[in-house]
Amino acid sequence: MFPNAFKYEAPTSVDEAVRLMTEYGYDSKVLAGGQSLLPMMKLRIAAPAVLIDVNGIQDLKGWREADGKLRIGALVRHAELEHASELDDKYPLLSRTARWIADPPIRNRGTVCGSLVHADPGSDWGAAMIALRAEVEVQGTEGNRLIPIDEFFVDTFATSLNENELAVAVHVPTPGGPVAARYMKLERRAGDFAIAALAVHIVLDSEGRVAEGGIGIGACGPIPLRATKAEEALIGQPITEETIATVSRLVPEDADPADDLRGSAAYKRDLLRVFAARALREIAEELHGRVGNE
Amino acid sequence: MNIRVKVNGRLYEADVEPRTLLAYFLREQLNLTGTHIGCDTTTCGACTVLFDGKPIKSCTVLAVQADGHEVMTVEGLESNGQLHPLQSAFWEDHALQCGYCTPGMLMAAYGLLQTNPAPTDEEIREALSGNICRCTGYMNIVKAVQNAARQMAGENQEVIEEAAVSGTSTD
Repeated sequence: MFPNAFKYEAPTSVDEAVRLMTEYGYDSKVLAGGQSLLPMMKLRIAAPAVLIDVNGIQDLKGWREADGKLRIGALVRHAELEHASELDDKYPLLSRTARWIADPPIRNRGTVCGSLVHADPGSDWGAAMIALRAEVEVQGTEGNRLIPIDEFFVDTFATSLNENELAVAVHVPTPGGPVAARYMKLERRAGDFAIAALAVHIVLDSEGRVAEGGIGIGACGPIPLRATKAEEALIGQPITEETIATVSRLVPEDADPADDLRGSAAYKRDLLRVFAARALREIAEELHGRVGNE
Repeated sequence: MNIRVKVNGRLYEADVEPRTLLAYFLREQLNLTGTHIGCDTTTCGACTVLFDGKPIKSCTVLAVQADGHEVMTVEGLESNGQLHPLQSAFWEDHALQCGYCTPGMLMAAYGLLQTNPAPTDEEIREALSGNICRCTGYMNIVKAVQNAARQMAGENQEVIEEAAVSGTSTD
């Protein structure tokens, strides 16, 4: 299978990429890892007239910590975060999520930002970045702006990026206390779309109560979703058996799953409840050594 | 578009259409037909090659993206007519029947052993999770990778011992 013929551009700077995106507008697509775009082009679901390959832009490579954030450049591949053990202490959700994405050869090529911009509702990074309260840094002709992740996903395969804006990085806040996280996902086999997925990110305060609690839901709605009610019930609480029971029951309330070949909506909701309870129990054991009672 | 790409240590210059996928470039322009094309949708892993030392699926990378990069295909495994330990182990352990998935399995396993020379069965299965075999099953494939890992560790040991005897360092 071949994609339709297209014009190939390989800019070496972000400014040049933005200029090309402005010039070609809707006729162009940005190529980063290509692990979603190229299959779609081969299947002729996508047929851009121009491909703007950003792989040669040095400024988009690597990550760095600054100003209370980890800035992950747009060319950071899934596998880089999977193996970045130096990030595990402060950002444990990154490697825990990365290892669930597709399969190892795809993780060597696909990028974090590319996955976010593709905006598949089953995106592992979508759920994780919701839990982490990340922001997407984009650059257009009028300069840079940061888009909070809750305003980033508009609909399936649609984001709030403007036509000539390039996602150049994703920013993850540095936690201000002890942190633990879990990513849970059920899939029929490696590389299939998730049946359901859940990302849980917890930061404790000095009293051992939840200072920051992020819960992102994947593959259960038109976009990755935030378990808002569950987060509200979690904040300020110690992670006890009672908290776990209450919070895990609330997670499915913000999900919007559909009946499909991978399972019924009711099954997926229950899966999210079970994932939340397991994740919180494991996190409590990691941070406290055990799960307490009130 | 003109590209320069190193494949199995040899530099090639070629003119490619931008939409040419790396797998087709390897097979049809360089005649390296060891790389197989199976599903064509990034699922089966038959087309796995190393790209700058890491396994990728060559049906989902453009040939123009390989410009200035290094690719290793299954043809790059043997040296001086000697099969690589992974190839011998696949043969010895009956890790293939039809052989269609084998080049991809070998390259994904080779990529794993480069970074993890003594993997567990579980790590091998994870590394090969993007490669589908529809006839042998995976038991013998995992066994073959284990055997190859042991043999490669033994070869390294011999090199170290030889160096110790001759009084040179392998550093």
